Amino acid sequence: MKSVKRPLSPHLQVYKPQLTSVLSITHRGTGIFLSFGALALTFWLISLAVSEDIFNNFHQHAISWYGKLFLICFIFSLFYHLANGIRHLFWDAGFGLEISTTYISGYITVVVSITLTLVTLFLGGVI
Amino acid sequence: MAEFTLPKNSKIKPGKTISAANGATRKKKFSIYRWEPDSGKNPRLDTYEVNLDNFGPMVLDAMIYIKNEIDSTLTFRRSCREGICGSCAMNIGGTNTLACTKSISEFNGDITIYPLPHMPVVKDLVPDLTNFYKQYASIKPWLQTKTAAPKNTERLQSKEDREKLDGMYECILCASCSTSCPSYWWNSKRYLGPAILLQAYRWIVDSRDEATTERLNKLEDSFSLYRCHTIMNCTNTCPKGLNPAKMIAEIKKLLVSRLT
Repeated sequence: MKSVKRPLSPHLQVYKPQLTSVLSITHRGTGIFLSFGALALTFWLISLAVSEDIFNNFHQHAISWYGKLFLICFIFSLFYHLANGIRHLFWDAGFGLEISTTYISGYITVVVSITLTLVTLFLGGVI
Repeated sequence: MAEFTLPKNSKIKPGKTISAANGATRKKKFSIYRWEPDSGKNPRLDTYEVNLDNFGPMVLDAMIYIKNEIDSTLTFRRSCREGICGSCAMNIGGTNTLACTKSISEFNGDITIYPLPHMPVVKDLVPDLTNFYKQYASIKPWLQTKTAAPKNTERLQSKEDREKLDGMYECILCASCSTSCPSYWWNSKRYLGPAILLQAYRWIVDSRDEATTERLNKLEDSFSLYRCHTIMNCTNTCPKGLNPAKMIAEIKKLLVSRLT
């Protein structure tokens, strides 16, 4: 029999996003973003230690629109990753794995992380 | 590394549209993934417009009607038409389910049907399940014992022990859950996937089985079990309403608790 190269059936392209799967990939995305944030934080500390010029230079970038955008994303990532991380801890202990509870905990995670982000930005004078 | 896009030979092209609903008041369009091994062409999406009054209420009824009355080349697996054989598992309206138990009325607009995701396609809606079945065989899905069989009885189970198998014995191995799992898409060679892990747990908790340690050992590596990241697509999509994600979490708990 002649062997044929079988096509791969569509996957990401056609699979309907679920709240649970979207929150899952967001957890990974925020995790990656946190490592960039940690780098920025390290640069900031280094600039603080090295010289006033370098610190001022960093500061100019930090207060620009893209600096603020980065900060907002970083703070959101921090709170989202924290809240969803706690959700993962419950799962690891075997709790809250029914579909209904994963949706409830999912919505709570979103609301909590957005609220904490806004509170932090407000208290920090960013907005 | 995961490939997020489709290979060149798998990209889906527009196909033909056939209307068989002239004068009908209850019309519905079904767009169906087609691929013919002999054509040498890419897969395509054919659309059939049909009169809902001509067949029963389920998606499978529509497909059988299309095959019988409009296009006999349409190929798909089906057998029991009542959700117990698992043959007609496919991606309907964006999630995996059984065509025979999925009601057409659950969908508002057109219905798009693809084969189970991220699988090699044999023809149209028929995926190659060889790897899936190999993985099933790898967990040794049978009772393993070391002690001698009881003389005058079978190996009996208490009512409570039997209840531990609830939520697992119902699994019909339709592969809907495994092929809904992004982790399984990217690592199907080494990650067992939700269906097989649910089956693995079914034998791990069976009170009559005496190979529990060996079974757990087999799963304790970085891929077989631990590629589950609790994405929950499996449980969301299971046409039998089972919870593979919870069973996987239970295996993880067993592996951790035996360390102490």
